[in-house]
Amino acid sequence: MNSPLDILTLQPPEPPARPALPFDVRRIRADFPILGQQVQGQPLVYLDNGATAQKPRAVIDALSHYYTDQNANVHRGVHHLSQIATDVYEAARRKVATFINAASDREIIFVRGTTEGINLIAQTFGREQIGEGDEIIITEMEHHSNIVPWWMLCREKGAKLRVIPMNDRGELCMDTYQTLFSPHTKLVSIVHISNVLGTVNPVEEIVQIAHAHGVPVHIDGAQAVPHQRVDVRALGCEFYTFSGHKMFAPTGIGVLYGCETYLDAMPPYQGGGSMIQSVDFDNITYGNTPNKFEAGTPNIAGSIGLGTAIDYLNSIDFDGAAKYETNLLEYAHDALRGVPDLKLIGTAERKVGVLSFTLSDIHPHDVGTILDQAGVAVRAGHHCAQPIMKHYDIPAATRASLAFYNTREDIDALVSGLHSVRKIFG
Amino acid sequence: MSDLRELYQQLILDHNKNPRNFRVLDPADRFAEGDNPLCGDKVEVYLQLEGDRIKDIGFQGSGCAISKASASLMTETIKGKTLGEAETYFKDFQAMLTDPSSNLDLDQMGKLFVFSGVRDYPTRIKCATLSWHALRAAINNVQTPITTER
Repeated sequence: MNSPLDILTLQPPEPPARPALPFDVRRIRADFPILGQQVQGQPLVYLDNGATAQKPRAVIDALSHYYTDQNANVHRGVHHLSQIATDVYEAARRKVATFINAASDREIIFVRGTTEGINLIAQTFGREQIGEGDEIIITEMEHHSNIVPWWMLCREKGAKLRVIPMNDRGELCMDTYQTLFSPHTKLVSIVHISNVLGTVNPVEEIVQIAHAHGVPVHIDGAQAVPHQRVDVRALGCEFYTFSGHKMFAPTGIGVLYGCETYLDAMPPYQGGGSMIQSVDFDNITYGNTPNKFEAGTPNIAGSIGLGTAIDYLNSIDFDGAAKYETNLLEYAHDALRGVPDLKLIGTAERKVGVLSFTLSDIHPHDVGTILDQAGVAVRAGHHCAQPIMKHYDIPAATRASLAFYNTREDIDALVSGLHSVRKIFG
Repeated sequence: MSDLRELYQQLILDHNKNPRNFRVLDPADRFAEGDNPLCGDKVEVYLQLEGDRIKDIGFQGSGCAISKASASLMTETIKGKTLGEAETYFKDFQAMLTDPSSNLDLDQMGKLFVFSGVRDYPTRIKCATLSWHALRAAINNVQTPITTER
């Protein structure tokens, strides 16, 4: 195989990371320059991390360094800069593989984000393997990005979506899940952590049950990777997708993990440069995994930013950060329960720092605007999860979503802002 | 919070809580739906005409305080006006919120002036204008739901 990856295996391994200091939120906040700014004359309280996370200085500097000192196209030139760009791009792939414990860096496909990752599976594996009368199992709590690509595929092929329902706490009904399988089930595609409810789904169990029926599983990990360590081999799933920008990396870069046997058997995604072995007008031979899924010039800077974000997470006692976040979530739950007429949406036993709620009959856009005047950034709307809104019979919700750089003072500012909302609306 | 009092004036809060003309007109001579898909706001506007005069107007829908109050005050303003006058109000309302250089006579706007503060909140302008776009669609007999997004 004449892959550029071969050259890289000859390079010395990277030095081991320094042992992380115990998690300290004050020190961590200093790593994120944007958190120091003021909004509407108030210190920024950023509680919209589920939409996108802020970036540490290291990631911002890595982008600048790449464009200042290393920019060239990858997998093409024989010149010095091209070699460097290729090296750093493929090094980022290796960092991702290690980060999620993939068996090989060939299993890491760079995409624009979770959405493109899911569309890639639908357009390659899906179009080849799913036909008339076949079924795909998803859940009631999916983000639109894990509904629409499958719905479109089902429309094209005459296949059907089967939906695992959830209870009012926002937990999947696992008993019903078992009954949804049929000989026509071709894929289970589920969200790891809900972007609205914060529910951590029992993905290990979901995978085991699917495998008992001989069905492969895709997990949408967009909201999972910023909050906890993910080990794709321990999960045993065939596909796992996530976005860089929600885990402190730039926008426009994301990852599709696929286990090698599946990826090798799948047809290519887009056609173009980089994804071929040879082209003439009578015959085209496609390249190997992962190149056959990465047509065109990739997001090189984005991949480097993602690799740097992973380095950053490895440097900060990520497990300590996750524990800190859990404590902060408990504090936030208690604080919000003290706000009259506030109703939490999503009270699963296993959940991460996502707090969606309604406040009396005050519309979330009004809540969001008033909080913004206090410097508090939250999300208001249907959160690209209209079936969840339908479940709770609400048009929209307000969502505060946490990252490990948030503090109790942030939660206090949110609660104080909510009291102002109630005062204005009487 | 003085700025917010500017946005959420008593008149707006009142029309949000007790929207006027909040009803379906059946039969209606004209009808249109408006939809803001990004935030989920929806509005339906019903018209009964007498010649080119709007004899009665009603609306239904769900949305934030700004969108609901805007629809309510729109119906109060427009009832009894001609279609041509309604079009002028649409243009003036739009200009008040989006065109700082317009030499609009704000006294002409009556109660609608209460929305002038919305122009300082660019993310909320669509909330205030949604019902007006629906009104215009009803006047022009547009059959498909109009949307604030292209």
